[in-house]
Amino acid sequence: MKTQDIKPIRDGYGNALLKLGETNPNVLVLDADLSTSTRTNWFAEKFPERFIDVGIAEQNMVDIAAGLSLEGKIPFVTTYGVFVCGRAFDQLRNTVCYSQLNVKVVGSHGGISVGQDGGSHQAIEDIALMRILPSMTVVVPCDHFQAYIATMHLAEMEGPAYLRLAREATAAITDENSVFELGKAQILTKGNDCAIFFAGTIGSEVMKAVELLHDKNIFPTIINMHTIKPIDKDCIIKYAKKFGKLMTVEEHLQAGGLGSAIAEVLAEEYPAKVKMLAIYDRFGESGQPDILLDAFGLSARRICEQVEGFVKD
Amino acid sequence: MEKIIIIDQLKKRAEEIRYDIIKMIGEAGSGHPGGSLSGADIGAVLFFNEMNFKPQNPEWKNRDKFILSKGHAAPLLYALLAHAGFFERSELKTLRKYKSRLQGHPASYMLPGVEVSTGSLGQGLSISCGIALAGKMDKKNYRVYTLLGDGELDEGQVWEAAMFASHKKLDNLCAIVDRNCLQIDGDTEKVMALEPLKAKWDAFGWHTIPVDGHNISDILHGFEEFHSIKNKPTVILAKTVKGKGVSFMENQASWHGKAPNREQTEQALKEIKARMGT
Repeated sequence: MKTQDIKPIRDGYGNALLKLGETNPNVLVLDADLSTSTRTNWFAEKFPERFIDVGIAEQNMVDIAAGLSLEGKIPFVTTYGVFVCGRAFDQLRNTVCYSQLNVKVVGSHGGISVGQDGGSHQAIEDIALMRILPSMTVVVPCDHFQAYIATMHLAEMEGPAYLRLAREATAAITDENSVFELGKAQILTKGNDCAIFFAGTIGSEVMKAVELLHDKNIFPTIINMHTIKPIDKDCIIKYAKKFGKLMTVEEHLQAGGLGSAIAEVLAEEYPAKVKMLAIYDRFGESGQPDILLDAFGLSARRICEQVEGFVKD
Repeated sequence: MEKIIIIDQLKKRAEEIRYDIIKMIGEAGSGHPGGSLSGADIGAVLFFNEMNFKPQNPEWKNRDKFILSKGHAAPLLYALLAHAGFFERSELKTLRKYKSRLQGHPASYMLPGVEVSTGSLGQGLSISCGIALAGKMDKKNYRVYTLLGDGELDEGQVWEAAMFASHKKLDNLCAIVDRNCLQIDGDTEKVMALEPLKAKWDAFGWHTIPVDGHNISDILHGFEEFHSIKNKPTVILAKTVKGKGVSFMENQASWHGKAPNREQTEQALKEIKARMGT
């Protein structure tokens, strides 16, 4: 892995906003006093008249964005995922989604890899909260390249959308030439032993696990489910038919996340076992990101172990 | 002389609005009469004197915008929209019925003229801030009006928006507080004291105009004053009576969200009709 490919996914978002600042005059960016963390400060420096810092007021921010969108603006509201999805949930439900407004919601700091700040700051329920909202699109890119291209796509599409980001610098597993199609799963590697679906920066651990698995002569198919909603049903059913069972990996609660979304499709269309590597009914806690991922069973090493068992099972 | 005619016309219009509010809630068998009636005079002045809009072209870019933050007063909004010509008055009888565009609380994706869906309290002022800010950015001349309930001011988000509006000097924004002093659980001062309310808005950097919310002339003056205020948002604190215009509903918290039965509906309509003079 080239060192320059290890970057926080937030950087891809920040760079996409800079590009959008030049190409789309309707794009505005809102933040709630976390612009350095979320990388919206890059946009703010270059386009100060189109950046709105609302202070520490997430509910107000979401509804201000709603009002701006009514006038044809494309507002990107940005703060930590735990705050925008939790504290402003009613505003997202009753104003943004119910009125079907063109507001883009960006939650940084998804997952336990947020690390030392602890459970209060680690969004592990955001995907569940956002995907249950009618009319909301949910995108969870895997690295800074994909965050960039996903942001560009969200600016083009009409309607409310949630983009989940993360804090840590993680290895890129796509590149600037990778194809990104909203709602279409991306196959990263093909193998004949099992199919593993993942979403988000945990993909870097999944791809490291693939290398470990190769040493054990196990060759999985890896599918990047960057769009959780609308979900790529055909892809899920195709691999359920091929392998009879699927595995999912995500930095999110098992309840309501990627694994659940896939299980919902299969329960109705093609019943098959889904082994979910996720967080089971608990909050995160403080610790170094790599230590936490390992403790929660989501490090490359732990993923590798569980895939071994899953394939043999 | 001309002004007296306008006042008389607006008074009559407010009573017609009240008539339709009672009629549609009676027909629906549920709804919120108290806070719809208290806002009728303010609504009549807004829609038939103050605001610029084109009912035949609801999306007209330079229209003034009205946000009903107290979404439960949907019957008031629907009566105003119907009288203004956004749709036929005959549609009012579909209120709250299956497949109706007149949802229990306003749903913008269903009904042209409704700027945004409301119903969950405390959000309208923030939305209005966004619309007003966009107007400033694009150098447009439209104004934004938001009708808030006084009980709604319990919601903390209202004060986040109040801070934002004065910070951004949104002088194209006018909030109107329907100060009927009653919320579902009773007297606002007993449930959660709001006073000194004017001092609160003053402290948040707003230009504050207290008016009698049932005196057309007073309301007209309030909006005139709003037009003259620069560099800060305006709030009109409209002292009103919940259930205004229907004797047995006036000042009764119990008529917040309850429909009159058939006899009560008839009596209420009779009272209103007597004042309509037709």
